[in-house]
Amino acid sequence: MKIVVLMKEVPDTYGERKLNLETGLADRGASDAVLDEIGERALELALSRAASIDNAEITVVSMAPETATTTLRKALAMGADRLVHIADVNLVGADLGLTAEVLAAAIRRTGFDLVIAGNLSTDGYGGVLPAMIAELLGVPYASALASVDIAGDRISGTRETDGGVMTVAAALPAVISITERFPAGRFPNFKGIMAAKKKPVETLTAADLDIDPEALDTPRSIMLAVSERPARAAGTKIVDEGDAGEKLAEFLIQNRLA
Amino acid sequence: MTTFPKDSILVLIETTPSGELARSAAGLLGAAARVGTPVALLVGESATAAAASEAAGAIGAKHVLTADPEGGASQLAVPVVDALAAAAALVHPDAILLSNSVNGRDVAGRFAARTRSALAVDAVGISRDEEGIVAHHSVYGGAYSVDCAPTFGAPVITVREGSIDDRAEAASPETTALDVPPSGVPAASIQSFEAQAVVSNRPELRGAAKVVAGGRGLTSQEQFALVDQLADVLGAAVGASRAAVDAGWVPNSYQVGQTGISVSPQLYVALGVSGAIQHRAGMQTAKTIVAINKDPDAPIFEIADFGVVGDLFDVVPQLIASLSARKE
Ligand SMILES: Cc1cc2nc3c(=O)[nH]c(=O)nc-3n(C[C@H](O)[C@H](O)[C@H](O)COP(=O)(O)OP(=O)(O)OC[C@H]3O[C@@H](n4cnc5c(N)ncnc54)[C@H](O)[C@@H]3O)c2cc1C
Ligand SMILES: Cc1cc2nc3c(=O)[nH]c(=O)nc-3n(C[C@H](O)[C@H](O)[C@H](O)COP(=O)(O)OP(=O)(O)OC[C@H]3O[C@@H](n4cnc5c(N)ncnc54)[C@H](O)[C@@H]3O)c2cc1C
Repeated sequence: MKIVVLMKEVPDTYGERKLNLETGLADRGASDAVLDEIGERALELALSRAASIDNAEITVVSMAPETATTTLRKALAMGADRLVHIADVNLVGADLGLTAEVLAAAIRRTGFDLVIAGNLSTDGYGGVLPAMIAELLGVPYASALASVDIAGDRISGTRETDGGVMTVAAALPAVISITERFPAGRFPNFKGIMAAKKKPVETLTAADLDIDPEALDTPRSIMLAVSERPARAAGTKIVDEGDAGEKLAEFLIQNRLA
Repeated sequence: MTTFPKDSILVLIETTPSGELARSAAGLLGAAARVGTPVALLVGESATAAAASEAAGAIGAKHVLTADPEGGASQLAVPVVDALAAAAALVHPDAILLSNSVNGRDVAGRFAARTRSALAVDAVGISRDEEGIVAHHSVYGGAYSVDCAPTFGAPVITVREGSIDDRAEAASPETTALDVPPSGVPAASIQSFEAQAVVSNRPELRGAAKVVAGGRGLTSQEQFALVDQLADVLGAAVGASRAAVDAGWVPNSYQVGQTGISVSPQLYVALGVSGAIQHRAGMQTAKTIVAINKDPDAPIFEIADFGVVGDLFDVVPQLIASLSARKE
């Protein structure tokens, strides 16, 4: 089974994340780049099930700047078999539509039975790419899964929506997205890190995928304005001396909040 | 045949299995009415009932389209996308609005990819300029405001639930039943659905005016009841940190933060929450933030308007008693 895991490089959420106020793009110099945690969970799912799947081959596909190679290699060290890295300066600032076209084309080129994505990235926060990719690939999409069974030719799982929990199933080939209820990704061990050095890494441009990022016949989402909100300042801080509950009640009532 | 106003905004309204309109509907129609004429699309068997159209009219739909596409109840997203495509072809709207819910995003993503439309997600406001519809976003936990628009064409916009205060005037809509040609795109199938039990007399977290959230400091599911108690005294919704969700004390839908729900209430009370940056991303735009934490260096204090350094198991019961006493 050919499994494609979609992984994104994002600014570390533990650091301060910045947008460039002129371009509106993520300011990559402002914080460390890491593999998105949800992508690591997606890879962990693939790795943990690989042993029970016939001829499982796990390919990580990522669209990310050239500088992301080091970050992405971690996925190989964790155990992925190969990496397809789409890096192209013309894709910097790509909107959701263009990103979906690029990733769908790369997935098609790689070949797939199952595509595993995160439900939501921690920087773009779109939560729509896997649905877009499924539509472009013409396959079923089971979204926001909190658990999954992968059988020979179909998947099934539980899906968390706002109103309740659903059981869903789909025939392969299919796209799924998982939520952070899945276990965290494993840490690469020394053996994994050494093995990663020999694993195939393919670097592609948009042209390799027959995509013209500047094509004018497709509408694109563009940024008109970006502004930074003033940071919040701390207010009153008291240490409980046995009456903090009373004082807090007073504060809430005075501010008409209780 | 009905003709639709030139400034039509097509709004997909989700319905519950029992045919009620989703809570997000009023905000979506409110946003649409600000920039054009709201045209609502209702999908599903129960949506074709006259009561559903009337309900949509009562919250501002000027026109209602209904559709009951094949496979609507048994397939994920695709039948709704087919209905939306049919509606858009009929209405030629200036924009298409959906809720930024799990279902709304699935439909928006597929629809935008199918029709090659520009997509803007998680908008907290919508406006119109000379060129068309602009979506306003609050990103990186509210640290930045970003305005987005399509280079051309009608944008598809998902709107964060609870972020729109505008409400549209009631209307008596004309209803049109749509014929939906199936696209034949393969979909995942729905095997079963279990609605989440709702605590009826407590406000919903999304869009709530007040939120009391509990973190790992609550130490157990039993103790987490203290959060519920304070919430009920304040008339607040209950939220939680990811640590509390991961511990299984509360359902996933309670999670506030970057990968949970983003809230902007009048009051946010954080109990035993350290204030990790990913938690703050979902609540730091609250008007007033109150924190109780026994660690004086907890980062939550950096953004709290009123911080109490103390043991929540002492402070909260006293707070509840004090508030209850003053109410009497
Ligand atoms: C602050 C901010 C706001 C933005 N707002 C918009 C907007 O309103 N409209 C718009 O068109 N674009 C927008 N973009 C651009 C958009 O985020 C990018 O196109 C991005 O590459 C994909 O979206 P996402 O991160 O939201 O993905 P999501 O849909 O949240 O990602 C879900 C999953 O898809 C996979 N995935 C996502 N990106 C990649 C990738 N590059 N490589 C491999 N797998 C991936 C991962 O498995 C991920 O977990 C925004 C970007 C930023 C930083
Ligand atoms: C990609 C990513 C996404 C994430 N998304 C989210 C998200 O959406 N939401 C989220 O919440 N987290 C998220 N996290 C996790 C986040 O980093 C923190 O781990 C989490 O928020 C911690 O939860 P907490 O504050 O309850 O627990 P802790 O950090 O353990 O804090 C518990 C606090 O309780 C205090 N305390 C303990 N006992 C008492 C007492 N008796 N009285 C008073 N105070 C007490 C302690 O002093 C401490 O400050 C994310 C992490 C990553 C990497």
